[in-house]
Amino acid sequence: MSNIICERVADFLQHYPPFNEMHAKDLLALSEEVSIIYCEKGKVIFSEGEKAHPHFYVVHKGAVELRSGEKKEIADLCDEGDIFGLRPLMANEDYILEATAFEESILYAIPIERFRPYTQNYEELGNFLIESFASNTRNPYARKPLEPDRGIMVPGQSLDHTSRLLDFQPIGFTKKIITCKPGVSAKEIAQIMTRKKVGSVVVIRNSLPVGIITDKDLRNKIVTGLYPVSAPAREIMTSPVITYPKNLTVTQAQMAMMKSSISHLCLTEDGTPNSKVVGMLSKHDVMVSLGNNPTVLVKAIKRARKTNGLKPIRKSIMRLLRGYLDNNIPMSITLKIISELNDACIKQVVQIALSKMPSDPPAAFAWMAMGSQGRGEQLLHTDQDNALVFSDVEDDKLEPTTQYFLKLAKLVNKGLQEIGYEYCPAEMMASNPKWCMGLSQWKQTVAQWITQPGKEEVLLSSIFFDYNLVYGDARLVEELSAAIFETTRKFPVFYTHLAAGALQNPSPTGFFRQFLVEQDGAYKDFFDLKRRALMPLTDAARVLILSHHISSINGTTERFEKLAELEENNRELYLACSYATKALLKFRTRQGLLHNDSGRFIALDKLTKEEKIKLKRTFKTIKEIQELISIRFKVSNILA
Amino acid sequence: MINPYGLKKLPAWLWKRLSGVPEKEGSLDVSRLTYVVLDTETTGFDYEQDRILCIGALRLKEQQIQVQDCLEVYLRQEHYDQKSTEVHGILSREERPCLTEKEALEAFLAFLGDDIIVAHHARFDMTMINNALERHGMPRVTNRVLDTSALYRKTLIQSPVVPKKDHYTLDELADKFDICKKDRHTALGDAYITAIAFIRILQGLKQKGITTLRQVLR
Repeated sequence: MSNIICERVADFLQHYPPFNEMHAKDLLALSEEVSIIYCEKGKVIFSEGEKAHPHFYVVHKGAVELRSGEKKEIADLCDEGDIFGLRPLMANEDYILEATAFEESILYAIPIERFRPYTQNYEELGNFLIESFASNTRNPYARKPLEPDRGIMVPGQSLDHTSRLLDFQPIGFTKKIITCKPGVSAKEIAQIMTRKKVGSVVVIRNSLPVGIITDKDLRNKIVTGLYPVSAPAREIMTSPVITYPKNLTVTQAQMAMMKSSISHLCLTEDGTPNSKVVGMLSKHDVMVSLGNNPTVLVKAIKRARKTNGLKPIRKSIMRLLRGYLDNNIPMSITLKIISELNDACIKQVVQIALSKMPSDPPAAFAWMAMGSQGRGEQLLHTDQDNALVFSDVEDDKLEPTTQYFLKLAKLVNKGLQEIGYEYCPAEMMASNPKWCMGLSQWKQTVAQWITQPGKEEVLLSSIFFDYNLVYGDARLVEELSAAIFETTRKFPVFYTHLAAGALQNPSPTGFFRQFLVEQDGAYKDFFDLKRRALMPLTDAARVLILSHHISSINGTTERFEKLAELEENNRELYLACSYATKALLKFRTRQGLLHNDSGRFIALDKLTKEEKIKLKRTFKTIKEIQELISIRFKVSNILA
Repeated sequence: MINPYGLKKLPAWLWKRLSGVPEKEGSLDVSRLTYVVLDTETTGFDYEQDRILCIGALRLKEQQIQVQDCLEVYLRQEHYDQKSTEVHGILSREERPCLTEKEALEAFLAFLGDDIIVAHHARFDMTMINNALERHGMPRVTNRVLDTSALYRKTLIQSPVVPKKDHYTLDELADKFDICKKDRHTALGDAYITAIAFIRILQGLKQKGITTLRQVLR
């Protein structure tokens, strides 16, 4: 009996060896015998030494991991179309590997008794089997080599939120313990804790823990006036210390803290107070192990001492983002949270860079994010666009001051690159002398852009005008903003040029409402979502909001919402623009997460009809806002 | 199972009587049970006027589907509606072995046995089937029924920022769970999509601590 499901199984199998060698009729007959099996992540399909099942498996969806030996090293990872568990059947052996579902998977189980006759009828099928045995791999036609990092995970050290049994993984703890002798004064201890940014200090005598002092002890015993700040540690410490062995699981640690209502656990060699301290475990460590919560991530970011330490956190942010998108959390909330986290990361990178500099900054400065980061719209890793402004110094000190900040900017740019922000190909980075200047130099440059707007000046200002303070002195940035508005007030023609720039972006659709794709270059036949859809909206929002002399709002959606408030008669159009921006950003982010890139270029044939319709709907809005700009700023005058 | 009193919580004895789940069966792990996942194609949506064109059903046993253990029966039509044909492409005179309504229902009942029924918007399919059974003087189907549309809602997170819809279409589920929609609007194809969606919904419920039949029915 042939049915639709059976046809679908055959449809799938025919694409993969050795089934691609079989006649359609035979394959259909074989497909009738198939069982379709669903495996949840982590499910064991067969284990080592188990008697062979009467069928072998083909991965239809998902991935299956094969492991061998006592250490359970990964022997192979099978994904769509790969065969496994066949060898023992042909050789009449027990399974020598363990197969588990690496992710949620659907498998086809094919009974060996039905398959065997075909191996004799088809020469290619027989060859396939011989080769696969000889080369001792699952599939001699394997399409791509294994990715080395996939599946190899050190438990406890990763922030993997997807692991279901995470609660029982060993917990990561702080190995660098801050300790003091019993005689040290409370004041000194508070100073140490502030310097080291920790919440607790272990008091040790003869390298054995005798007590612990936490923030709480300082609050309850010193600030209340119970003890003077000169009181020695031995008088204010909590004693005896509650100690645990180091191989705690997350759950055990939580239980231990709840049981004794404490927030720090002292870990020792053998778990008793009579052995050496090996680590400290705080409530914060537990939170981090439990995974992705924005507050925890911000804390983790602030604690990172090296840019390397920020890398796993950025990965967690991406995971958080994916979760938000999967659960349809509104885009405005998602944008806010993710850009806060990104800002925190950049801030920390600047801080780390500062700590590497030989001396303190010779003048006040501000680190500014520009472009999408400045607008708070950067969800994926994209290029870095940034600039640095420092307060004016005397002429003879200008050169060394500039050199100092260029050196700092170089460190920051490198750090940002390390955590996943690629260098800006157009060199719009603070390490470029053109983007690292004193306040009055900046004022001059910007004034020049505004008073003599050429094509390039308009482009530069369009990037620059979305700046946002990330780190440093806010007053510098405010002063710069004030200067910009002062100049634009005198030269309103600048808006016309900015508007013209906003209309320079190519149109998203052609005459018949078909998508316009790129004609040449690396992304030939791809649709450029950023240039053709998102940029017209951000550019429009910028020129409109600047013409209202509002500098405090950077986000495109917020700008449109504000505009809707300001201009009652265009309210609907502006709200439509705000909505379109959110929809496009979400779309871009989804595409980016899917293909692990910036999501900018989209292969149209990979889109579903529904997605295409959604995209096209936003294009109508883009067209309308562009018309509005063209009329309002009389763009035709300068284009002619 | 529809709770006729619309109460959140019923006393155990009343619940037991209404749902007919014995204590022991109610505590069974849902992923270990046997289900018949079904879908019907009909001439339209009128419970009285319209007729079943095709019944597709498959058996899902411990998260496995045997390709051979499926049912796909086409019914010979007297009542025939041009409009719905455009949706599922079943022509009344198409060259296909067709059974009479009575034969088809008998084949279906034989296939169904005592297993739990799973369907998307189950009320529609079950009403069509039961009305047909009534016409031939056969008893109604009394198997327990699970509706993937309702179960899916249970998996969604509760948050004021994420509004839930009242209904979710099979297309939405297929998109959500990344299931190929090629065989959409064939009875067995839809049953297969429903089955995969059902398994994944059970996974979602499991993460919320919903694992037993009683919890799922509630």
